[in-house]
Order: sequence, then structure tokens, then C-alpha cells
Amino acid sequence: MKTQTAVLPRQRGMDVSLFKKNAVPLLFLVLCVLGVMVSGMDARFLVYEVLTRFARNSFLVLALLIPVSAGLGLNFAITVGAMAGQIAVIIITHYQIKGLAGLAWAMLLSVPFAVVMGYLAGMVMNRAKGREMITSMILGFFANGLYQLVFLFLVGTVIPMKNRSMMLPEGVGLRNTIDLWGISRALDNLWRINIGGIWVPLGTLALIALLCVVLHYFMRTRLGQEMRAVGQDRHIAEVAGIDVDRIRIIAMIFSTVLAAWGQLIFLQNISTLNTYNSHEQVGTFAVAALLVGGATATRASIWQAMVGLLLFHTLFVVSPQAGQALFGIPQIGEYFRVFVAYGVIAVALALHSWQRRSR
Amino acid sequence: MAYALEMRGITKSYFGNTVLKGVDIAVKSGEIHALVGENGAGKSTLMNILFGMPVIHNTGGFEGEIIVDGQKVEITSPIDAMNLGIGMVHQEFMLLPGFTVTENIKLNRELGRPNIVSRILGKKFELLDMDQMAKDSRQALDKLGVDIDEWLPIAGLPVGYMQFVEIAREIDKSNMRILVFDEPTAVLTEAEAELFLRAIKRLAESGLAILFISHRLDEVVGVAHEVTVLRDGEVVGHLPGSEARVDKLAELMVGRKVERPALPPRKKEPSDDDIILEIRDLSVDMPGERLSGFNLKVRRGEIIGIGGLAGHGKVGLANGIMGLYPSSGTVLKDGEELPLNNPKEALRRGFAFVSEDRRGVGLLLDESIENNIAFTSSQIQNRFLRQRLPLESLQVRDNQAVRQYALEAIKNLDIRCQGPEQPVRRLSGGNQQKVCLARALALSPEILFASEPTRGIDVGAKSLVLDLLVRFNRELGMTVIMTSSELAELRMICDRIAIVYQGRLVGILSPDASDVEYGLMMAGKKRAEVS
Amino acid sequence: MVERFQEIKARLGVPRLIIIGFVLALFVTAFATGMPIGPLVSASLVRIGMNGTLVLAMVPTIAAGVGLNFGLSVGILCGLVGALISMEMGLRGFTGFFAGILFSLPFAVIAGWAYAVLLNKVKGQEMMVGTYVGFSSVAVMCIFWLLAPFRNPEMVWAIGGQGLRYTLTLDKYFGKVLNKLLLVSIGQWEFPLGLLGFFGILCLLVHLFFKTKVGMAVKAAGANPRFAQASGIDPDRTRTVGVILSTVLGAIGIIVYAQSYGFLQLYMAPQMMGFPAVAAILIGGATLRDARISHVVLGTALFQTLLTIALPVTSRVIEGDISEVARLIISNGMILYALTRRDGREIA
Repeated sequence: MKTQTAVLPRQRGMDVSLFKKNAVPLLFLVLCVLGVMVSGMDARFLVYEVLTRFARNSFLVLALLIPVSAGLGLNFAITVGAMAGQIAVIIITHYQIKGLAGLAWAMLLSVPFAVVMGYLAGMVMNRAKGREMITSMILGFFANGLYQLVFLFLVGTVIPMKNRSMMLPEGVGLRNTIDLWGISRALDNLWRINIGGIWVPLGTLALIALLCVVLHYFMRTRLGQEMRAVGQDRHIAEVAGIDVDRIRIIAMIFSTVLAAWGQLIFLQNISTLNTYNSHEQVGTFAVAALLVGGATATRASIWQAMVGLLLFHTLFVVSPQAGQALFGIPQIGEYFRVFVAYGVIAVALALHSWQRRSR
Repeated sequence: MAYALEMRGITKSYFGNTVLKGVDIAVKSGEIHALVGENGAGKSTLMNILFGMPVIHNTGGFEGEIIVDGQKVEITSPIDAMNLGIGMVHQEFMLLPGFTVTENIKLNRELGRPNIVSRILGKKFELLDMDQMAKDSRQALDKLGVDIDEWLPIAGLPVGYMQFVEIAREIDKSNMRILVFDEPTAVLTEAEAELFLRAIKRLAESGLAILFISHRLDEVVGVAHEVTVLRDGEVVGHLPGSEARVDKLAELMVGRKVERPALPPRKKEPSDDDIILEIRDLSVDMPGERLSGFNLKVRRGEIIGIGGLAGHGKVGLANGIMGLYPSSGTVLKDGEELPLNNPKEALRRGFAFVSEDRRGVGLLLDESIENNIAFTSSQIQNRFLRQRLPLESLQVRDNQAVRQYALEAIKNLDIRCQGPEQPVRRLSGGNQQKVCLARALALSPEILFASEPTRGIDVGAKSLVLDLLVRFNRELGMTVIMTSSELAELRMICDRIAIVYQGRLVGILSPDASDVEYGLMMAGKKRAEVS
Repeated sequence: MVERFQEIKARLGVPRLIIIGFVLALFVTAFATGMPIGPLVSASLVRIGMNGTLVLAMVPTIAAGVGLNFGLSVGILCGLVGALISMEMGLRGFTGFFAGILFSLPFAVIAGWAYAVLLNKVKGQEMMVGTYVGFSSVAVMCIFWLLAPFRNPEMVWAIGGQGLRYTLTLDKYFGKVLNKLLLVSIGQWEFPLGLLGFFGILCLLVHLFFKTKVGMAVKAAGANPRFAQASGIDPDRTRTVGVILSTVLGAIGIIVYAQSYGFLQLYMAPQMMGFPAVAAILIGGATLRDARISHVVLGTALFQTLLTIALPVTSRVIEGDISEVARLIISNGMILYALTRRDGREIA
């Protein structure tokens, strides 16, 4: 755990190191270009799809940045934050609070859930120092079990709730899908403009930009500096008088709250809640997108998040058609994008621990 | 002139074992006071007391008093020490590689500027005032007289510069009055060390009181105004800098009367005519114990001691030959070259090793005594295996043979245990060491490396372990190469003692050479230079 | 009495006690509601034999110091390939079963070796890397299943004749061959002696392996690599041996599982199959650094009994299938508990 940040020799030529530093995003850029060419997809459709996905997934990816800088690695447990968001959305749907007000209420309501869950997640992480990532992944699975227990069995029995449209016919447990027409595109439609036939959700994009700015300045506050210090070396930070465990918990809370909001932005765009599945893949896809942008488990920037989101989702959109065009089997493309998501995580983690060991 | 810091009559014991006995030390402002002593002399315990480390209070506190600027003080935590203006420059660097020089100097003491958010949510949300932080850092660096760009990241700086950043961090604290350096030059190159010594002289001139802990005697002699020598937890000498000479200090550091017991006689005395092991130009890359260009001839059937101060490489010898750390050079056993970096081959050729890191390298702590004893031999010599299958690696352990041998060893080496199945974790240090010896013995080696064989075991067990080594030597004719930080015990059982200094052999002394000779040699002076 | 309880608590650990209590409570409920116990126990025994080998596959990696094998799907995929080859050749009954195992072995050895080489390069992150190597192998194999040159019409999709089906029925091949072997019935009670015997033999073999020279070396290097090195052992090699053995057991394990289940599940199905195995051995008392055959047997028995009887028993009390949720909570809770325990610090 001595040094985590990459030590780049300064003397080497700029062009070489620039290429090396960005090898991962460049590789994916090539894949994307090939995919787009092979799939022969309509440019306007492609841009629209990628833009939509970018807008609805950004917050979730940005939620990963703070734990990385605090040395917790890639927080696969943002699924827990996503669950907090879903709890809030279930509540406002039940009380039929609609439109932008509904979304705002959901964001507000999700905070206490996310803070408590983030706090607990942080405590768990503090007991698993050195293996935070696997722990965060399992924590996500575990929380998913509890979530299902609550919404499949406790709602309607222990938790009193009566709502025909949301619940299973027997009166116990929520339906598998819940229509979120009340807050459907509440944010996206707030301010959108048509550029060349493509509807651009400016409101959502502005919110993302705002979060980027806030994150940028946050890392330059005292708290941000402490997080960076803890992220580099827990022991040295401790000797300097920083309360390492506390900082790590705070980082997890921030991440969880952002993930909750991210999931709400995601859901208002999708307009349907898959009660038991919407959150499951959130961690994997967000992590994969961040890594495609060239981030590692110890270094991730806002730019890497943005680049990664664009590349990953471009690949996601074109893969099935590329599979169809190349092999005549669209599923190949689908499985290929699953492979990309998992494979990029495997390779990034392997490279990361490899580098760390060779130093 | 009043003392900036006085420690009076400091006495400390851990679990009935006294490690400091009435130590007095006093440092004036503007003075460099050197504290020298061998490993285990009590230097670090003294510093732990000064900084109020938890380890002191958790073990019953200490006796004596600490006086800062004429006022008796209670230091119960490192924060108390910091508030009193006592600072420490650590031996290992406490710097974050990804941060700039400024960020490191100001770590957790950052300067911030309030904004709207911070007025609501608290100081933690203040934005950092990097410019002011850099100015402060510049000032601290200038005070040291070093020219380091305060905006550079730490990663990539030469080691010596890191040391300066550490010091700058301490003197940037506005109340700093007493600064402790713990072996500061151990990691520096010669040129850097010189720069460093000049810087601390400047600091002293600016009015700081400096306590300088070192076992590099030559540099101590160069800079210190006062020198205090610790040995076995007692102050054995206190000299003004003008009177301190390397040989005198070395003698004070290691001197100890020993009585060499009468050892059993041998049929044939070892001699240079019969060399079992010849080491030529051996270099071992063992962190903290590097050997470079080491030469030695070992006589068949002798017990040869390897001595020297900590960090000079004496422990590297055995670890290098046994292939545990990367090494290069030539090692000839019975005239035949031993392939290096190959533990298996070393074991096959009749070497065995009792490691200085008993619990880390020497034992499988959760395995039984018998499994520990039989393990290496079964892997190397296929002993204790039932030879039923032709495929060697699938041969099954012969429980009966293992048990029988273990019982014999327990009896022979007097291992105090509940039985051969007891996990070694629950044995005392001395009995664990005997298990290690039994494991080595099971290999029937010709040459046994025993590294720090008595470290961390109680006094009674120490002499038992030494007795065993003598017995292995006399009864089995084993050549023993024993490394120890305790010169006294080397002098008790060894035929000759080789002294290592900065990774090289300085010379070989007879066990009854004088303390002065040992002291000088451990400080790197050859016998020829003495006269 | 209190002291005795404290001692049991210390030895078993709180989570294990809860699980034991849970199983007991389920049996009591079953008894109280007048359910016949015989079929419950019989079904549990089948599930134990069905899953035991996959759990056994955890022992070699833990012993070798690699930790829990979250990438068990690597072995599982090799087993599937072996089984598919056996089916493609039209082999039936025990011939098909053993041929499947035999065909899977070379794949498992090679894949296990490659997996081990990777894991040796990422020491400290084996579990995380292993998980995602497993996941991505499953995805790659999905593409393989689509393109693989299998022609048996019962295996490929009816339309187009290209690509394997999601689920293949084993009825005509080696479905239930072990389950039916030496099946002893006494009234309502059924004992699948053949299935349990097969599991028992594999346990015995693994147990014996750790008594051999190489097995002892694997264990020693896992417990203390520096000790092993000082005894002339290359820890990377012993880790490789452990990972290969685990992968081979994973391959055999899925074939045993499939014959018991009666179906071969392809595509994304193997993705999460390693997790219940990880959970089971932890429930049995293993830690990240210490795993014994007894942990395998006890853990599989507890976990599978719990899962088997949870559904029929709870369905008398609660509506809906709670066993799936219980599986999620218990298995992941158990893994989480193991990861956050203070011992086994160095391994991640």
C-alpha cells in the first residue's frame, strides 16, 4: 500500500507517454469506429441513442470518482445507492407526486436512505481494508437480497401498503415492473432543444455539468485534500493526524447519495421501474464505462468518466447490429458487449495490481 | 544556559524486563546532541517515551521526568509532544508521492479560504489557499538552505530531497523547538548526507535544540556538540563533541565483559588447510541488510560468527546463500560452485538455515511440531515419504516415520511441549527455535546457518540454544555459521568472528580480542589502521 | 450451561449458529405442521451430492493461498464443453457421464493453468480478478455456444441449425445416472448412495492429495510462502497446482450437478454458479486462509438442506418463494462476513 499513484518518468518524450497513458480509450475508440462502420447504423439514430444513454448514466459514473480518490477503489456498491433511489421513487409513486416536483421529492427522500446505507457500507469497507472492491461487490449482492426481502415479502405484510397498480395481485410484494409515468422524463423535458432533428436534453446535461464543476471544486477543499491523502497512503495520512476511517465513510456516503440521484435520473428517462432488476447491473456498467475512459482503481478523473461514457455506450449501441452484420446473429453482438463490460473490468484490475506489484 | 529538554532518571520495563535504567539526557537550544547505541540499547524506547506513544502507556508507563524549558511536563500522546514543540523526522519517509512538496509540507495543516458553502457546512469545505501554502513552504525550505521547487511532486525526487521535505514540514510548524532525527542519514548518499549535516547545523544555529540518533559514528563525531552513549538501557558515556572519537564511542557501545565457557574439545581443530566454504565477491540485495563484495573462507568443522552493527549486511549473508534474496558472486562448497538464487539447490548440497525471522520464515505456525520438523526434509530429500508410487511428488507422507523422528527430536533437543501434534504457535520462543533447529537437523546438513538464533527468547532458553549449536558442531561435526547482534554470545561459542561493515568483510577477530578492537572494527576501521 | 454456550458460540461463530438455528427451526416447523420429514431429508441429500463437488473445488485454492475461487465458472465452462462433446458423440448412461468428465479434463487443465498464471501476476487481488475473469469467460463462451460446430439436432436450435440451445435435456444421455445408482428406499426415505459415494470418493482423493509431497508443499506455500521458499519450494508453482486442481474439480462438479438436475444450462447460467459454492464452504467454517474437507461436508449439508426445505416449509406459512431471496441473503451475507473478519488479512 505504499505508493498508489502512477510514477511516470518525466524525461520520456511527451508523444510516447501520451499514447501509453491513453492506450485503453484509444483501443476502444478504434473498436467503436470499426463497430459503427460495420453496423452501418444511421448516424442520427446513433447520436441520439448515445446522447440519451450518456445523459441518463453520467451521474452513476461520476458517483464512482470520490471513492476512487479516497483509496476505496471502484465502488461496486453504488447499487446500494441505486436501491436508495428506487425506494424514494416507489414512495413518490405510491403517493402519486408527479412531474418535476415528484422527481425533486424523490431526490430529497432518497438522501436519508442513501446516507444511512452509505454509512453502513463505509463501516463494512473499513473492516475490509485491502479488499474493498470484492467486498463492495458482494455487499451489493447482499443488499439486493435484503431489498428483495423487503419489497417481495414485507410490503403488504409487515409494511402496510395498499396500491393495486403497484402491488402483486395477492396484496403482498410489489409488481416486477412499475410504471413511472408520473415522473417520466420530468428532467429531460424540462429544457430540451432540437439540434438537427435530435432532441437534446439540455436540462439533464446542465445538471451533469454542474456536478462536474462541484466535484472539481470539492477535490480542492480541505475535505477533498484529506480524501486524496487517505487515498494515497492510509498510514501516512493517519500519522499526519487525519481520521482515516471517518474520511472513508464520508466518501462512501457521498458516493451513495450521488448514485441514488443518478438512479433517479436514469429512471425518469426510462420511465419504468424494473423493481427487482433495475439496480442490479448499475455497478458493473458504471465501473466498466469509467475504466473504458482510461481510469484505474486508484486514479479516475472527470474527463475519463466522460470519455468512457461516450465510448462504452457507443459500443453498446452498435454491438448487436455489428454482430448481425458480421455473423448474421445479433446475439453475438449482445454477448460481445457483455463481454466488453466484464472483460474491461478484469483486464483493468489485473493490470492495476500487476503494476502495483512490480513497483 | 537552561536546557530546552531534559529527561531525568528515565526507567522503563516491559513485563519485568528492564530496558531503560535511570537514563539522563539534556539538550540545550542551539545544540546538536547525539544519542548513539547499538540496536536494542534503548534508543527507540526513550523516543517512544518522549513522544508519549501508546505502547509506553499500555505497558505500565515509565519512571522519571521530562522537563521542557524548565517546566516538568506530562506527555501522554504524540499530540502533547507536538503541542510542546517537539518534532520528529522519521527514518522511513512519511510523504505522499502523488502530492507536491507544498502539499506534503502542509499535510493536514492546510490553509483555507472561507466560502459560502464552508460558512454553512464548516471549515472542511474551505477551498485551499495553495499560493499561501507554497509561500510558507518556500520559507521553510529556505531556512534549511535547500533549493527544491515547492511545486514539484514528491514522486521522482531524489531520496535526499525527501528527507529535506520531511524536515521542512517539521520546522514549518510555528512552535517547533526540539527536533529529533531518527537515523536520518541511513538512506542518504554520501553527498546528500553532507548536505544534510550542513542543514542541521544551520537549524541548530537558528536556535532549535536537536537530538540526533545515529549509529554512524563518523558523522556523529563531525557535527555533535554533545554525545551520549547508551548500552543495555544505561548511559555508559557522556562526552563533549570535542572529545568524541570513533574508536572510543565504538568501544563504549559494544563493550561488555564476557566469560567464555570451557567448550568440549575436538579431535581435529579446524584450519585453513581444509576449507569447506569459500565466498568470493558476494553481493546480496536484501533490503536494509545489503552485502556488496563480501569475501570469506570458512573452515570445515568450525563455528564462525558473523558480527557487525545492524544494517551493515551481516544478516544478508545467510539469506543470500540460501537463495532467499537476489544475490550474485561466487560461492564454492568443497571447491564446487553453488548455483545462487536457488534455495532448493542450496538445501540439496548440504546447507541448512535457521532464519532470523522465526515466525515469518522459520515456521508454519498453525502446523504441528512434527509437520514442521519433517517438512523441509520430505520436500528436499524425500525423507518421511512412503515410497509406494513411482511418481515422487504423489508419494504419501509416512506418518509413522514422522512421528518417530519427531519424538526423538523432542527428547534430544528438549522441546517442552504437550506432544508432537501441538501447533507450534502455542510454544514459547525458545521451544519454537528448537523446532527450527530440529527441522534443520532433519536435513543432516554439513553447514548450518543460524541467524540471530537467540533473538526474542528468554535468557534461560538462550544458553540452551547456544549449547545445541555447540553440540551439533562437536558431536555431528557440523560447520556452523552463526550471525548475531549480540557480540557477547558470538564470543562465547565461536572459534572466529568475522565483522561486516557496509556490506563488506572488515576483518576476522579471535573471540578473546579486546573490546577496543571489536569497537573499531564494527566502526569500519581495520586493524592496520588502529596502530 | 452459559459457559458451554459461549464455547460453542466461539467455535462456530455467530453466523453459523444462526444458520444452524434456522435449519432446526425449519425442521421443527415442518414437524409441527405435520409435513413428512422423509422426503425433505431425501431431497436434501440429493442436493448435497449434487452441489458437493463444486464446493470441494474451493479447497485447493484456499489451501494454496489464492483464496476463494470466485472464478470457478472457468472450470464449470470446461465441464460443460466436456459434457457437450460427450453428447455430440451420442454417448449415453455412465459412458456418457465419464466420457464427459474425461473430455473436460484437458480443457480444465489448460484453462486452469492459464488462469493460474494470471492469478500469480495479481497477488492480493485474486478474488476480484477471478470474479471478472469468470464473468468474462462466461460471456466469451456465450459467443462460442452460438458459433460452436455442434450438429446434434437435439442440442442446436431447431430453426437454422446453428447455435446451442439455452437448456439441454440430458434424459437420453447421462441424466440422473448417479442419482439412480444405489438409490436405497426405506419407506418415505430415499438415500442416493451412489451420488453421495461419488462425492465421498472425491473428498477422500482431495484429502489424500494433501498428504502427498506436492500436496504438503501446496499447503505450506499457501500458509506461509516465505517458509515454503526457504524449503526450496516455488510458491507460484504450488499456487498453479492448486488453481488447476480447483478448475478440474469445478469441471467435474458441473457434470455431477447437471446429471442430477437433468439439464445442461448454457449461456449466462454459469455466471453466478461459483457463489453458492463459495458461500457453502464458508458456512462450513472455512476462512479465506483455511479450508478443510470437513468444512466442505458440513457447509454443503447445512446450506443445501436449508435451501431445499425452505421452500416447502415456508410455503405453508408465507406466500411466494422465499428460498431464492434466502439464498441471496445467506450466501452473500456469509461471504461478506468472511471478507470483513480480521483474520486472513493479506489475501484479497
